[in-house]
Amino acid sequence: MINAQDEHRRTKEIILTGFGGQGIILAGRILGEAAALGDHRESTFIQSYGPESRGGACSAQVIVSDDIIHYPYVKHPDILICMSQVGYEKFIGTMKPNGILLIDQDLVHPRSKKQDFFSIPATRMAEELGHKMMANIIMLGFLTAVTKVVSLSAAQKAVSKSVPEGTKEINIHAFNRGCDYGQAKLKGRAKKAIGQTGAIL
Amino acid sequence: MEKAILTGKYYMTGDVACAEGALAAGCRFFGGYPITPATEIAERMAVRLPEVGGTFIQMEDEIAAMATVLGASWAGVKSMTATSGPGFSLMMENIGLGICTETPCVVVNVQRGGPSTGLPTQSAQGDMMQARWGSHGHYEIIALAPSSPQEIFYQTITAFNLSETYRLPVLIMSDEIIGHMSERVVIPDKKDIKTLCRPKPKGRKDRFKLYEPGPNGVAAMPAAGEGYNVHVTGLTHDEKGYPILTVETQMEMITRLTAKISKNLNDIIQTEPYFLDDAEMVLISYGVSARTSLAAVDIARKQGIKVGLLRLITVWPFPEEQICELAERVKRFITVEINMGQIHREVQRCVGGKAPVSLVGHPGGTIIPPDRVVEKLKEAF
Repeated sequence: MINAQDEHRRTKEIILTGFGGQGIILAGRILGEAAALGDHRESTFIQSYGPESRGGACSAQVIVSDDIIHYPYVKHPDILICMSQVGYEKFIGTMKPNGILLIDQDLVHPRSKKQDFFSIPATRMAEELGHKMMANIIMLGFLTAVTKVVSLSAAQKAVSKSVPEGTKEINIHAFNRGCDYGQAKLKGRAKKAIGQTGAIL
Repeated sequence: MEKAILTGKYYMTGDVACAEGALAAGCRFFGGYPITPATEIAERMAVRLPEVGGTFIQMEDEIAAMATVLGASWAGVKSMTATSGPGFSLMMENIGLGICTETPCVVVNVQRGGPSTGLPTQSAQGDMMQARWGSHGHYEIIALAPSSPQEIFYQTITAFNLSETYRLPVLIMSDEIIGHMSERVVIPDKKDIKTLCRPKPKGRKDRFKLYEPGPNGVAAMPAAGEGYNVHVTGLTHDEKGYPILTVETQMEMITRLTAKISKNLNDIIQTEPYFLDDAEMVLISYGVSARTSLAAVDIARKQGIKVGLLRLITVWPFPEEQICELAERVKRFITVEINMGQIHREVQRCVGGKAPVSLVGHPGGTIIPPDRVVEKLKEAF
């Protein structure tokens, strides 16, 4: 028998949200493709479609599972990625109690002090790379490192397949920057956790 | 020349998978007019058809687009179009011409909320009865309903095969969600894809009759210009194709047009059972709503409710026999669809009062969440 917790572990429901034009839809598509083609798991990808994907608040919904996914819509995400305050306001209330929140720290300011989250200055980092458009790819690297919802190699492969010809290298570089930032965050947290509990190595 | 069959694994939307299925089936003509949410099919065909020696044409409207599809078919090319509700309405007259002139072709309707301009970017399944009876006169039609990008790839091949076998426009009733969602799509090797082509006439050209039924009730079809006498008219016509406006000819022609479908139901109709064996309650659903229903069956089964699903892969001709059989042993039916009860009435008709039939419907704009189906099941349980 499979208990509910196992099922919870196997299926991850993800919402990515931001402004139209930030590459939210592309990031969601790459994530879904990485799971389905790179990691050989099941995945569905639904994009918000219509005027909102062209400047307004837009979102992408991705489900990754080891089982066949019947219903492709996400009601309560396990992972919520916010690249705009409007997107954050719209979806934060829907996140599962133990959900993981990832934000672009310059664009999103969580209201609740109690809310745990992982933050990255993705847009600023992209600007430093000279390509503001790559904030989505940096965020994708960050997401991969922090949540491990897809494998690193599957995500990198999906990134290089999905970006325009001639921009693969710079996009992979952007992805790796986000990934490194995420790994450093995790290490920092681990150290802090050890410090707080007073554990001796 | 680029390959027509892109064997491999992809992460594709339903619209793109539909276009790839068409190319794999041998489609080499697309005539269309862009409309949300079907435009991506036209876009893909516009890129891909020239790569395989085919023709793409954007017409001034859907009336003309459907006319080009019929013309291309009579030139001997497998042809298709794709549209959504408003365009589907405009195509109705020429779909009827295709039925009357027994012209093989495929029409995809990526459904959105209606009536009229309705909800251009949001899903619905409100054109199911229009698919059945939208053109005037009495006729039989074939309509399929895909539930995933992978399935629409295969269904498009099936649609071409059925249209070539039975010589009529075959409809694919997709919707905005299936059209725009992405999932893994596996395109098999060429050798694993079965494609059928219309039978060609043999024998003396001077004795040829354009609509003389073959063994399965369907006539062989020459292309215009091959030397056979090809008189193609929407007027009531005899086996030679000549207009004969009499009661007898009308009787003969309508009998031929309907019998080629009604006598081959076993070859045409496809359904998929899910937990039907011990089911006390049965969901009837199709297309994207079947995904809601599959999820609802899984949730309800965990709560001890003996429910199953009959997924309609073919919606028209309606799988009457399967539902009549189920009605003998099932305590309740629930139809799940994104309209206010179009297929529901067909289910009621087939169940014939032997069990209660309820509807979980929605006027359009969104998928139906599984919770609503589970609630209905609990009420009934």
